[in-house]
Amino acid sequence: MFWQQLVNALWLGSVYALFALGYTLVFGVLDILNLAHGAVFMWGAFFGLLAVTKLNMPIWAALLVAMLGAGILGIVLDRVAFRPLRKRNAPQLAAIISSIGASTILVSLAQGAFGAQVSRFPFDTLPAQVFTAGPVRVTLVQVIVFAVSLVLMAALLLFMRRSRSGKAMRAVAYSGRISSLLGIDVDRIIVTTFFVSSALAGASGVFLGLAFSAISPFMGAPIELKGLAVIILGGLGNVPGAILAGFLLAATEVFGVAYVSSDFRDAIAFTVLILVLLIRPSGILGTAVERRA
Amino acid sequence: MLTQFLTDIWLVYRSVFEFALIGSALGLSIYITLRTGLLSLASAGFMSIGAYVGALLTIHLHTPLLVSVLAGALAAGVIGLLLGLPVLRLSGVYLAIATIGFGEVVRVFMLNIDNLAGRTITGGALGLNNIPRKTETWHLVLFVGLLIYLFVRIDRSRTGRAFDAIRQDHHVAASMGINVVQYRNLAFVLSALIAGAAGVFSAHLTYFVSPNEYGFNGAVRILTFAILGGYLIWLGPIVGAFILTFLPELLRFLGPYRPIVNGVVLILAIIYLPRGLVDPTFWRKVWRQRGKPPSPPPLETSSEAAP
Repeated sequence: MFWQQLVNALWLGSVYALFALGYTLVFGVLDILNLAHGAVFMWGAFFGLLAVTKLNMPIWAALLVAMLGAGILGIVLDRVAFRPLRKRNAPQLAAIISSIGASTILVSLAQGAFGAQVSRFPFDTLPAQVFTAGPVRVTLVQVIVFAVSLVLMAALLLFMRRSRSGKAMRAVAYSGRISSLLGIDVDRIIVTTFFVSSALAGASGVFLGLAFSAISPFMGAPIELKGLAVIILGGLGNVPGAILAGFLLAATEVFGVAYVSSDFRDAIAFTVLILVLLIRPSGILGTAVERRA
Repeated sequence: MLTQFLTDIWLVYRSVFEFALIGSALGLSIYITLRTGLLSLASAGFMSIGAYVGALLTIHLHTPLLVSVLAGALAAGVIGLLLGLPVLRLSGVYLAIATIGFGEVVRVFMLNIDNLAGRTITGGALGLNNIPRKTETWHLVLFVGLLIYLFVRIDRSRTGRAFDAIRQDHHVAASMGINVVQYRNLAFVLSALIAGAAGVFSAHLTYFVSPNEYGFNGAVRILTFAILGGYLIWLGPIVGAFILTFLPELLRFLGPYRPIVNGVVLILAIIYLPRGLVDPTFWRKVWRQRGKPPSPPPLETSSEAAP
């Protein structure tokens, strides 16, 4: 029982973490809470689905298509919803409102294009293999989701630490104005940030669509709200914090359902969220300096 | 002939008009918090609390509408006070996130206490759907009228000036002796009371309440009213609610793509009309420039390329 729940917490946590990474990255670099991140996640799932069903691509190619599609969508999102506000020096809250508008547009576009019903990947997308070790059952899908998520997270961390663009991104996160004085092309870094963040959202969309076998225009809303809990728990803008918090939240939910009650599963995330905000708004890995507006 | 025509229009659009009035009240409920510089998305949660309390009273105790409305508003107000005391220490994004979390907690709660101790309470995902229709159009007109009266009075009072000072700069306001925390709590509780009452009216208008009506999407809809209309004067959210309630009716030909309009309106409004449609300074400027040759564009002021 315990080991099975741990396995469930691990693969679910990897998806939460992957989703939250992009969410928190945009906040870290731009101080924008992008509430359209869930909608990009949903579109990523649909891009992957279309690549598999319409273009007959294998799943790994579909994953790349989904990440590319979602990444480009992220850049468009920035152009339409955030860039005009940056040019006008609008207050931080304006960007939240604008992202809500963008999310509404993306969700209703998907609803118009694909209908409100639930679609799923064809059954032969991945072999329906199940591994058993004692009492623990793991499906191939779960193993792949977990492994590829870890690889993507490691790639992002390496990118942030080692590459020129990643370092520039961290500089912009520290201060946009100083970075531009130092000759960093801030606009390009912002575009990169949106591309990377949205591509990760797209990947997690494909993963959740595969694992739960359910893709719908409304699949973005629940994970977006849970993602809020994750990025707050990890400290807004804190990338390693988001990874840790993603696993923590998944574990809390999975074990809460297994040992306490399943009724309030979705309330766990938000109770955690409110408690963290009240007790330690900078998150578990946050520094002591609070970034309250 | 004309009266016949007007009666027809009234019959067709009466329910839209009623929804616009409820929307106005909800818009006013978020307006009062925005006016003190808080972005709170808790109105939908308060509406839900009010709707359930009011509906349960009417169904089980057969209370008159007025009693249900007062009880619903009071319940939401008490929760608002209890929530506001800790949560209003947060500001900006953090407050927005905390209030989104509150809305979800309310939704999940209503979804899951359908069967407490063997008695049906909220009806779970199906909600309550045997609520008698008691809300009349004139109730809503009176309700919104009373709210307008309240806000006009607030505008002319010390409280209104304190609200505006806090929105413009709460540090300065505090240094001038305004008790920021107390005024923000007042605004938050007022917001909860109004949303709670609106919830009861809405429940007795549509015969039913269900938890998912008031989730995050509900909160966003309410926010849209105030952002489009403007949150600097009470007229703003009312105008916003009327436009956004009637607009989808006129855009039926868009079919499933209809909600896009809300999103587009929200983005355009926040970029090009950050102070909303009802912005006296903006319209005064437009009025003054009428007939004159177009003035040269103002010099770029302080448009630093901020990241």
